[in-house]
Amino acid sequence: MADRHKHVDEVSGVETTGHEWDGIRELNSPMPRWWVYTFYATIVWAIGYAIAYPSWPMSTEATKGVLGYSSRAEVTAELTDAKAAQAGNVDRIASDTIEEIMADPQLRQFAMSAGASAFKVNCAQCHGSGATGGKGFPNLNDDDWLWGGKPEQIYQTIAHGIRHAGDGETRVSEMPAFGDMLAPEEIRATAAYVASLTGTPSSSALVESGKQLFADNCASCHGADAEGSREMGAPNLADAIWLKGEGEQAIVDQMRSPKHGVMPAWLQRIGDPVVKELAVFVHSLGGGE
Amino acid sequence: MLHQPAQAGSVERLEAEPVNAARHRRPLYEKRRKIFPKRAEGRFRRFKWLVMLVTLGIYYLTPWIRWDRGAHAPDQAVLIDLAARRFYFFFIEIWPQEFFFVAGLLVMAGFGLFLVTSAVGRAWCGYACPQTVWIDLYLVIERFIEGGRNARIRLDAGPWTLDKLRKRVAKHAIWLVIGVATGGAWIFYFADAPTLLKSFVALQAPPAAYMTVAILTATTYVFGGLMREQVCTYVCPWPRIQAAMLDESSLVVTYNDWRGETRSRHAKKAAAAGEVVGDCVDCNACGAVCPMGIDIRDGQQLECITCALCIDACDGVMDKLGRERGLISYATLSDYAANMALATDGGATAIEPRRVRGANGAFVDGIRHFDWRIIFRPRVLVYFGVWVLVGLGLLYALVSRDRLELNVLHDRNPQYVVESDGSVRNGYMIKLLNMIPEQRRITLTLEGMPSAQMRIAGQAQGDGRSFPVAVDPDKVTSLKVFVTVPKAKLLEAEQGFSFRVEDPSSHERDVYRANFNQPAAAR
Repeated sequence: MADRHKHVDEVSGVETTGHEWDGIRELNSPMPRWWVYTFYATIVWAIGYAIAYPSWPMSTEATKGVLGYSSRAEVTAELTDAKAAQAGNVDRIASDTIEEIMADPQLRQFAMSAGASAFKVNCAQCHGSGATGGKGFPNLNDDDWLWGGKPEQIYQTIAHGIRHAGDGETRVSEMPAFGDMLAPEEIRATAAYVASLTGTPSSSALVESGKQLFADNCASCHGADAEGSREMGAPNLADAIWLKGEGEQAIVDQMRSPKHGVMPAWLQRIGDPVVKELAVFVHSLGGGE
Repeated sequence: MLHQPAQAGSVERLEAEPVNAARHRRPLYEKRRKIFPKRAEGRFRRFKWLVMLVTLGIYYLTPWIRWDRGAHAPDQAVLIDLAARRFYFFFIEIWPQEFFFVAGLLVMAGFGLFLVTSAVGRAWCGYACPQTVWIDLYLVIERFIEGGRNARIRLDAGPWTLDKLRKRVAKHAIWLVIGVATGGAWIFYFADAPTLLKSFVALQAPPAAYMTVAILTATTYVFGGLMREQVCTYVCPWPRIQAAMLDESSLVVTYNDWRGETRSRHAKKAAAAGEVVGDCVDCNACGAVCPMGIDIRDGQQLECITCALCIDACDGVMDKLGRERGLISYATLSDYAANMALATDGGATAIEPRRVRGANGAFVDGIRHFDWRIIFRPRVLVYFGVWVLVGLGLLYALVSRDRLELNVLHDRNPQYVVESDGSVRNGYMIKLLNMIPEQRRITLTLEGMPSAQMRIAGQAQGDGRSFPVAVDPDKVTSLKVFVTVPKAKLLEAEQGFSFRVEDPSSHERDVYRANFNQPAAAR
């Protein structure tokens, strides 16, 4: 049929397609053969691909494909492989004590890396991604520890939390609200004394009267020299680090109606090995004892 | 039809239709015309055999050269160790950050190409290009199995017989084996060759090795066996680039029509009849040997790779005819143009052979021949100068490079930490690069900020300003270092300091200028 309409362009000697517009004819310049074959090959490939792999969307989910491939299964397999690769270290962390982990440089390094990622998931929400904390949330980089900075003490804190109602071994301490017990000017005087331990107080007269008030009301927990007590989690008031804010007014506020931070107990949630890893990581931040 | 021996002196005349003749330029889309290059013989062919031997020898054998580097490093002379990110080249070991050496070598290769092309034309294409070398190798196989040019043409045109099938299967099988060997040699550059060969044969090599061999087998087979000259003409960018580097003083393969024309198949008869007769007897030997399938007598063409096989073929014919060689020769365009002007009286007449030849048949004095001095012209010398400068620069960098390096990353989160006594602490991750395959004991020292103290995390050395550190051979050692400035010294203006490392035995050293961050209130 095509032959009947065959028309050859006189000038170029090339066959035309038979299409004509106002006497202008289209030369038949076919695609290069290799190009056409490549195109056919991609079609064949696509059919094979659609059979082998998930492709056609159905009413609820796509066809499975005869190879049974799924990216979720692939991820699961990779995760399994990764877990298997770490199994040796994880097992040792589970069975060893914190001291043993700290003593083995290779295991310690592993625990530190694992702890760093666990920290970002579980701890960074309160303590910050750099573990620098904030007002009311302790900075874990510094050398000031409410409950102790040895690896075992850090482990204890993470495992059982602070003032966490659901845990029998949780660390508990409470500061009385002195707003009910002392007059406002007495509170102000005590605050001035505490501020004088590390900074410049507002009035030296207040400091003098505050000193006695501190000895009477505060020294039982915070110590005679305001050095704090780790048994009770009482902060050291004579150093440069302030958990609830710096300055006399912050001290006054805390004395009047104290705020108490709460940290969840993590042992039940994330398991003993991860708590150990976190303890090793936190200890490595630079302030560990 | 295909083979018509015709007498021209004692020269065999060949039927060789060029793929892209001046009379009939090939259209953009056209079915490939098969080329059956005749085997050439002569000095350029011999030179090509030599180049093939040397380049293939280097390529296939280099991974097998051993080089003892001691227990800490592999003993393969040339090895690209991607896993450990090291590059070994005989006595040179390159770390990832020294990759500029490779960049420098590539720059040298670029200028080398400018240099060679401006001096002697497309010598790369004609002699050294892998495509040329492997086509030659594949043609050796083809000739061995299917015979000479005429036999191959007959076989290709003939019907499919058992004999044809047998020959074709054998040819393609050997081509594929060469392809596998080519891909195989490549992977040996990336791993210990004997070990990899064993595991490769035992089907225990990494999948990447099999993939690489498969891909390179396919490209070698397809490019060298099936596509051949089409790669040079259609795929390769070099012809376009190199053409831009040529000038009128570069050597190109030239048909000297000022002595060849008017060509005549029956020279004696034509001369007797008083016609103008040039040296070309139109035997088509030049076209028959051309691996690109062109006729050099049509002038300079994109396809020409200047492999000079046509020169060999033509010289052979000239020898047989007792005429001077060089009807086709390497010549510069300016020489060619001068000779052409002489032969045509500046273009006033057709080519007159008597203008270029004296009565005794020798060329007249005005004829210009190739002179080696033309190679040493300013353009070439400039390229050579730049090439040498880059080379000397690389050599200097290689000789003077540090084998002990210090990199420091200042902690950004937190920027600083206030300690309970009010002092401020900064954290730094220090990376010590020991680039020699020996264990070293180096000292890490804090310089500047006299009141500052340093502590290495996880080491029981306590505070200080200088510590000995053991570093593993050929490894990066990472140290977490804390630097503390006491509260009383925080306000001091000068808080810049340096970490310095020094190998006390070799006195190699490196210094890193670091900053110390502190709260805004303290400043």
